[in-house]
Amino acid sequence: MQLELIHKNKLQMNKAATIWEVFIQSKNGLAHKHVGNVHAEDKEMALQNARDLYTRRNEGSCIWVVKSEHIVSSVPEDEESFFDPSNDKVYRHPTFYNLPDGVKHI
Amino acid sequence: MQDLEKYILRIADSSLILSHRLSEWCSKGPTLEEDIAISNISLDLLGRANSLLEYCSKVNGNKSADDLAFKRDEREFYNFQICELENGHFGDTIIRQFLFDSYASLFFKKLSESKDETLSAIALKSIKEINYHLRHSSNWVIRLGDGTKLSKEKIQDSLNKIWKYTGEFFEMDELDNEMLKKQIGLDNKELKNQWDIIINETLEKAKLNRPKDGFMMTGSKKGIHTELLGKILSEMQYIPRAYPDAKW
Repeated sequence: MQLELIHKNKLQMNKAATIWEVFIQSKNGLAHKHVGNVHAEDKEMALQNARDLYTRRNEGSCIWVVKSEHIVSSVPEDEESFFDPSNDKVYRHPTFYNLPDGVKHI
Repeated sequence: MQDLEKYILRIADSSLILSHRLSEWCSKGPTLEEDIAISNISLDLLGRANSLLEYCSKVNGNKSADDLAFKRDEREFYNFQICELENGHFGDTIIRQFLFDSYASLFFKKLSESKDETLSAIALKSIKEINYHLRHSSNWVIRLGDGTKLSKEKIQDSLNKIWKYTGEFFEMDELDNEMLKKQIGLDNKELKNQWDIIINETLEKAKLNRPKDGFMMTGSKKGIHTELLGKILSEMQYIPRAYPDAKW
């Protein structure tokens, strides 16, 4: 019962806090990859929370945090008009080239 | 007990007892994120205590690190009294942590220059962790001090209440002097100036008032503690004492 109450309080507190999206770069030179989100009141707290939640096992060398509200996303209804037109344009895919050895991350 | 042994225990015990205190926050943190942050710090401190107790066990030759953690009584513990203080509310915990981290950041930096190679290596490893802990705690001090009217009042109260436990950081006794002479230990008094700078800078940003240096608690170097340590030990040591042969 008490645990439930604590949990509810936490949820309520978190409701007031801003949500930040977390991106982690695993190695120098690679792109930052989205890993999840955290609650935080300010950017320093967001960075620290991200560090504590997502880099405990040596995952990264750099963290970005961005307020979720600053991310502009397409919506499911956009899917057809956004992505379908490219489906029948096979020449856009680099499948006709032989990749040289030593090219990574493609 | 050898001098070196006791000197290591003093450093180890503060990490161990503070780690135990912080672990009491686990699952009770104000937010999920903060819960994990505090538990992380607790684990860092436990790791440090473990390295130091292992080393102490090697110097001692008879007792294991577990013996040292779980089979000593209150008067044989040498942690600073500030480390055994109750968690109180979140602001109390943050102030306790901030005052300790500021001290630890300076102490371990200096200890990394110790002629004792093991102590120096442990200190070197700890510095990075402590710098992060200090960043975490001082940011919270600023956030709460420069926050709402209520948060400011509460954390100023915490600061006033806990301040009298900071005198112990800078005490020197015979053992400290002996270790300093052997270039194993350091001059605790010398840390005070820089500690003041860290504290003053943060308190200024947090718009908090620095309490006056009045009466200071003392005694931990002789194993004298507040009544709170006994309660911690009874919980921390219960399992290994009740089931002495248990393995985990």
